Amino acid sequence: MSIRIFIPIDSGALSVGAEDVAQAIAAEAATRGLDIEVVRNGSRGLYWLEPLVEVDTHAGRLAFGPVAPEDVPALFDAGFHEGGMHRLGHGLTEHIPFLAGQERLTFRRVGITDPLSLADYEAHGGFEGLLKAVGLDGAAIVKEVTDSGLRGRGGAAFPTGIKWNTVLHAAGPDKYVVCNADEGDSGTFSDRMLMEGDPYCLIEGMTIAGLAVGARHGYIYLRSEYPHAFHTLQQAIARAREAGWLGSDVAGSGRSFELEVRLGAGAYVCGEETAMLESLEGKRGIVRFKPPLPAIQGLFGKPTVINNVMSLAAVPLILARGAAFYRDYGMGRSHGTLPFQLAGNLRHPGLVEKAFGITLRELLLDYGGGSASGRPIRAVQVGGPLGAYVPESQFDVPLDYEAYAAMGAMIGHGGLVAFDDTADMARLARYAMEFCATESCGKCTPCRIGSTRGVEVIDRIIADENRDANLALLDSLCDTMLNGSLCALGGMAPYPVKSALTHFPQDFGIAPVTAE
Amino acid sequence: MPGTSVSPANLAAIQAVVERHRGQAGALLPILHAIQDDLGWVPPEAIPVIAAALNQSRAEIHGVVSFYHHFRTSPPGRHVVQVCRAESCQAKGGVALEEHAKRSLGIDWHQTTPDGAVSLEPVYCLGNCACSPAIRVGDEILGRVSCARFDRVIEGLREEVPA
Ligand SMILES: Cc1cc2nc3c(=O)[nH]c(=O)nc-3n(C[C@H](O)[C@H](O)[C@H](O)COP(=O)(O)O)c2cc1C
Ligand code: SF4
Ligand code: FES
Repeated sequence: MSIRIFIPIDSGALSVGAEDVAQAIAAEAATRGLDIEVVRNGSRGLYWLEPLVEVDTHAGRLAFGPVAPEDVPALFDAGFHEGGMHRLGHGLTEHIPFLAGQERLTFRRVGITDPLSLADYEAHGGFEGLLKAVGLDGAAIVKEVTDSGLRGRGGAAFPTGIKWNTVLHAAGPDKYVVCNADEGDSGTFSDRMLMEGDPYCLIEGMTIAGLAVGARHGYIYLRSEYPHAFHTLQQAIARAREAGWLGSDVAGSGRSFELEVRLGAGAYVCGEETAMLESLEGKRGIVRFKPPLPAIQGLFGKPTVINNVMSLAAVPLILARGAAFYRDYGMGRSHGTLPFQLAGNLRHPGLVEKAFGITLRELLLDYGGGSASGRPIRAVQVGGPLGAYVPESQFDVPLDYEAYAAMGAMIGHGGLVAFDDTADMARLARYAMEFCATESCGKCTPCRIGSTRGVEVIDRIIADENRDANLALLDSLCDTMLNGSLCALGGMAPYPVKSALTHFPQDFGIAPVTAE
Repeated sequence: MPGTSVSPANLAAIQAVVERHRGQAGALLPILHAIQDDLGWVPPEAIPVIAAALNQSRAEIHGVVSFYHHFRTSPPGRHVVQVCRAESCQAKGGVALEEHAKRSLGIDWHQTTPDGAVSLEPVYCLGNCACSPAIRVGDEILGRVSCARFDRVIEGLREEVPA
């Protein structure tokens, strides 16, 4: 029997050389006359170990990493393909503490299966949720999702079931399901990992959404920065259609659901749901006024469910295992798990799926292993470029939507970007304003003009020109943006700025207020 | 401006793309992507062709092209190199990499090296934040890019014979 060796095809793994490693392993095995089967899997999310090579043994999968092509002959010499020891070995993958402590629900298959293999998908619980849904009416599916407590993972944390219910009850035969795969937030990559590592899970979730609300057409709006995910999704959709999981007769239900991937074009604001609809319709990505809600008048004016990749990918398991199973994870009104993305200056960056309620300190230290530089972690930006900078004094607040909102921060899409004590918070605040100016859709003055002014004002503060007057100006500018912006781009860009000012005033040349 | 007009063959390619997509709902972005994938940019000659097919004004089409950072209105170099400027990459030495990229290539953002080999563009996150700092070359994403690795990549691109 041939030996199975897993080498990720995830773009993160490829970005650090997984393709060369795969070729080196195949070539070395051929030279040695060994019968191996190379499986290209998704990433396990232990990125500091990528390229992470796994060998299938009777005891489970053994992990080796990070592997460079030069290491390959020595790995074979050490008999790694037969469970031999090597300095790059980490024992059983599942026992690596980073992975062992996780609660992988949405990511239960990612890194384990061949992303495009339908057989793998079904062997690991795939399509169980859809088959359950096929036997239910729309209202019953919506009830299951509502009861699970699932809230939108794209940022706003709105209850998914309530949104679906609105679309279910909206009139008309033409409705749409749109997946927001714009994943524009810096420091986030869970959508990408899932689309590259388990694309059928998203397809299944969207199909269930279609059955639930009575939509027959779905779009995945994917950012153009994700060329690998684009190809994977296209192949997965074609295969799913061929196998009867999509198309005119979904899983023998007699109902149809078609799916299409559309590429964005490098505009952060197109992650905002109404700008995304404009973009899908072939227009500039300008934010729409609400109401009407997209659930009533969305894509091409029709009722539309819009959900983030993570929201939709949570649905198959909710249907398969029942609402209560999912709901029991988490705390307060934050039910279920969130795939946290550990990024920035960390020793062990990667993906950690955990129930809500874990703290930043646990994620940064127990999972992230502290800073990569070995210096103290000074600040963590949570929730993307519009998220607040969280100082060490707040690392013990549980990650719960309400607890974070209460301290003027947000969990958003679950990205954590850690900075060590060399970070210049004034420069980061300036960057937040600059980013807002670059990406503003231009519809409202506070966002369009305010952000440009914000950059200038911060420059003057840094240069110590009229510092006090400019600080007062920055403050009022932030307030104007907070209150006078139509969407969260202008409305939340002040969060990173204000949090940086509040917690790290010395970086702006202000004496810190004594005692926290 | 160098090379701002397209050959008859390219114009035919543009027309073919437009024909292929015009029946699609919300066809404009797919059309622009297809043109840029073929030609590397969206030449001005494409605008009236698209406008006619979609029954929109040229100004509308132009407005869309200019709204999106992804679409280029001048021809790029043989290779497009994007350097991530976003926070995770900043936390891992991305700012030094940005400066190194500009200095070593001798160009600023949105410019092309005089030998036509490389165009440099900023990008705001490539979803590779666990391997920061990250860059993109064509459709390949590269991670943990030190200044030395950047130089090796550029050297490789320069050696590649233009097709
Ligand atoms: C400027 C801006 C950018 C956004 N970017 C994204 C994004 O990249 N992905 C996403 O899912 N939601 C994004 N959102 C949130 C969406 O507007 C919307 O709330 C979300 O797609 C709804 O899906 P959910 O309920 O499943 O989270 C963004 C919002 C704003 C204001
Ligand atoms: S806040 Fe900014 S991005 Fe949002 S609608 Fe207004 S101008 Fe557009
Ligand atoms: S911040 Fe650079 S890849 Fe995400």
